[in-house]
Amino acid sequence: MTATSESVSISQTPGIAWRKQTRFALIGALSSAFVALAGMPVGLDRRSIVYPVLSMGYLSLLWIPFVLASLAGSETVLEGMTARTRGKKDLLAGGLVGFGSASGLALLMLLIQNFDLRDPLVNWSPQLLNLLAFNQPLAVGMFLWLAFGSALGLLGGAMHVLPKKIRSHIRNVVLTVLAVSVLETFLTDLLEGFGLEILTDYIYYKRGGLEIVGALLVAALALLVPLLVGTKLTDAKQKVVSLPADERRRVNLVLLAASAAALFVLPFFLGKITNELLANVGLFVLLALGLNIVVGLAGILDLGYVAFFAVGGYTTAVLTSPNSPGFSPELPWPVALIIVILLTGLVGLFIGAPVIRMRGDYLAIVTLGFGEIIRLLFLSDWLSGWFGGAQGITNIPGVNVGIATVKGTDPRSVFLLSVVLRASAVYVSWRLENSRLGRAWMAIREDEDVAEAMGVNTTNTKLMAFVVGAVLASFSGAIFSAKVGSIFPSSFLMLVSIIILVVVIVGGMGNITGVIVGALVLIGVLGGPKQPGLLQEFSQFKLLIYGALLVWMMLKRPEGLVPNVRRTRELHQEEFLQDAWLKGEIDTDDQEDPQ
Amino acid sequence: MTMLSIADLSVTFGGLHALKNLQFEVEEGEIVSVIGPNGAGKTTFFNMISGMVTPTAGEIIFEGESLLGLDPSQVTERGIARTFQNVRLFANMTILENVMVAQHCRTHQKVFGALFQTKAFKSEEDAIRKYGEEVLSFFGSRLVGYRLDQPASVLSYANRRRLEIARAMATRPRLLLLDEPVAGMNPRESAELTELIGRLRSEWGFSIVMIEHDMSVVRDVSDRVVVLDHGETIAQGPYNQVANDPKVVEAYLGRPVGSESSTEEIRP
Repeated sequence: MTATSESVSISQTPGIAWRKQTRFALIGALSSAFVALAGMPVGLDRRSIVYPVLSMGYLSLLWIPFVLASLAGSETVLEGMTARTRGKKDLLAGGLVGFGSASGLALLMLLIQNFDLRDPLVNWSPQLLNLLAFNQPLAVGMFLWLAFGSALGLLGGAMHVLPKKIRSHIRNVVLTVLAVSVLETFLTDLLEGFGLEILTDYIYYKRGGLEIVGALLVAALALLVPLLVGTKLTDAKQKVVSLPADERRRVNLVLLAASAAALFVLPFFLGKITNELLANVGLFVLLALGLNIVVGLAGILDLGYVAFFAVGGYTTAVLTSPNSPGFSPELPWPVALIIVILLTGLVGLFIGAPVIRMRGDYLAIVTLGFGEIIRLLFLSDWLSGWFGGAQGITNIPGVNVGIATVKGTDPRSVFLLSVVLRASAVYVSWRLENSRLGRAWMAIREDEDVAEAMGVNTTNTKLMAFVVGAVLASFSGAIFSAKVGSIFPSSFLMLVSIIILVVVIVGGMGNITGVIVGALVLIGVLGGPKQPGLLQEFSQFKLLIYGALLVWMMLKRPEGLVPNVRRTRELHQEEFLQDAWLKGEIDTDDQEDPQ
Repeated sequence: MTMLSIADLSVTFGGLHALKNLQFEVEEGEIVSVIGPNGAGKTTFFNMISGMVTPTAGEIIFEGESLLGLDPSQVTERGIARTFQNVRLFANMTILENVMVAQHCRTHQKVFGALFQTKAFKSEEDAIRKYGEEVLSFFGSRLVGYRLDQPASVLSYANRRRLEIARAMATRPRLLLLDEPVAGMNPRESAELTELIGRLRSEWGFSIVMIEHDMSVVRDVSDRVVVLDHGETIAQGPYNQVANDPKVVEAYLGRPVGSESSTEEIRP
């Protein structure tokens, strides 16, 4: 009897999963060393998060043991299973992962002390060593790291032991403090617009980052606000959802109108920096919406999308600038835009026609080639009489809309103009998606041969997607040239195509909201290929972060931040079928007749 | 009246003669079954009619016009729809969307209508939806109701086959090519489908060419049976005549692999 109960209790609280924890510890050790050698601690050291306790440089290392420990402790609980009760073992396991991660850094410090590998590894420097050792002797530094690592690991493990409520409070506080500190430029800008700079002056240190008092204040707010507001927000949402259909529609319309009004009013309260940022985001939202039609709806992997951006930009430049070398009609921008739309559509048709007959990888490579060809044509001496070669076209006038002129020195107007075009792009995407054409695109994405056999002319339909995508990109190009005021081939590198694609993938392929969110997160926070984002300090690590984010997304959430229903179904078909089965909606074949 | 007539049709893949000098005809309102051992060229035959494979020689005439050189979508537009042996639905589209997209070649609204939500666009969308539901309700309550908005991937195997037929019906064809419509169904389901195939002709006015291995279905539904072996027609005629044809029996019996089950099937 006792033997049985013992064996049961053993199976309920198994010991530490050594293999898993060791694996995560190793990953932690390697990524810590990698981040250190990529130069993030040194490069980001000047920017404080909480002055003078924590700088962004240290943060770039400190998150590793915490996050990995909490990842190592997480277990998938399937429907119908009860989660294992957590205990001290989880804490210990987390601590071990944290210790392992930190020991990677300690080892790196030892290596830097004793060997010189500065030649291949630029950041292998005494400066890094000093920083890692907290300006103390090496042994002290190593000890400190191991202690910090273990503590953070313990905390990460504790995230599974603590009750859910406390956990969510901790998460709220930490994330809010980080966000408030990181978004300093934006918040200062915003509050200045409302005349509340006294607040930001109080919590922020003058050279960036929160003051300790400010950090405590923010933390207290983050703790108190959810306690006070409680579940009121979710209750309100629940109420709206449970309303009858037509009333819910009305509420949705009011919300939509309110947010649209906010979009138009907000820029007047924002400073130049934030407006500039939003204008850049606007450009990329337009591009991403266009690419979303091509990749997300029709499933054509276009890696040369920047070509249409370039054609749109250059056509606007030629038509409006007095400095255009070959042909300079100096048309007003709105007239030019119409010609731009027609011409880019035509270019889309010309590039698309040969490309569209290919499939999959071949198509991707050919579009990549065309993207480069267009850029090289604008760069070439052969066409420099028209497009100015490497000198580009300068002195592009802004958009004159009567009361104001939209140009780069006034990012607010650029943003507002882009909002107008963006609204039309969203409308176009939305209407087309829910039409005969949209269904045909979806069918082609699912199975091209069958779509063809079911009467869809795949060549024409795919070409249509290509042309619509090209036209939306030309909007962006037209705004871009009016905003920057000059245009050069170097603005249209292949990297731009890739980044737009990353925006679409990270945001959620095939989902309009997803694409907008993707652009806000990537372009707004990290920055575009040449445009700075909110985290200007990160600009040199932008591509590294892009890459890491993309890999992580592909592993954990391949459907994107705001996924499209269909794509989620496709990528998580088993889960979906399981849910349908649990709901009793799964279909079973008829039972054989007993007779 | 002859609806589809195929003359001297051959196709070769490299050195392999998938079909040799095939002669074939379908009268209006006829149900023809094509049978034959594995690898006889039955599916290639279907692929060729529907434009997915180009024949090396010969002629395909549908309602007085040649189908040679047409894309599969154009063939569908002319009025020939098909299903696939290994069910190929648009698995992540809903059941209704599957039949809606199949009406593509019968509808005309383009970008303009969708963007400005013209009256013509809206009424066409309504018509597409309505006809889609009508086609689906041919299979009773299996594919309608809450199922309409579920993805095709939740369906059971038999219902997927039904949806494939519905999708082909939604293209408003005059000739329907069914590739093994009852494969994988149990006897009760295949009996039901046999009846439905009969109704497809009587109620919807389709002529049907069907590839099928289940001899009871072939016997019950077809006016005529064509037997293919090694890409050649070895017999054709009413079921009873073909089933007792020594050449047909030999074609099935002469194969060492799978010969037993074939003979059982051929003498129900």
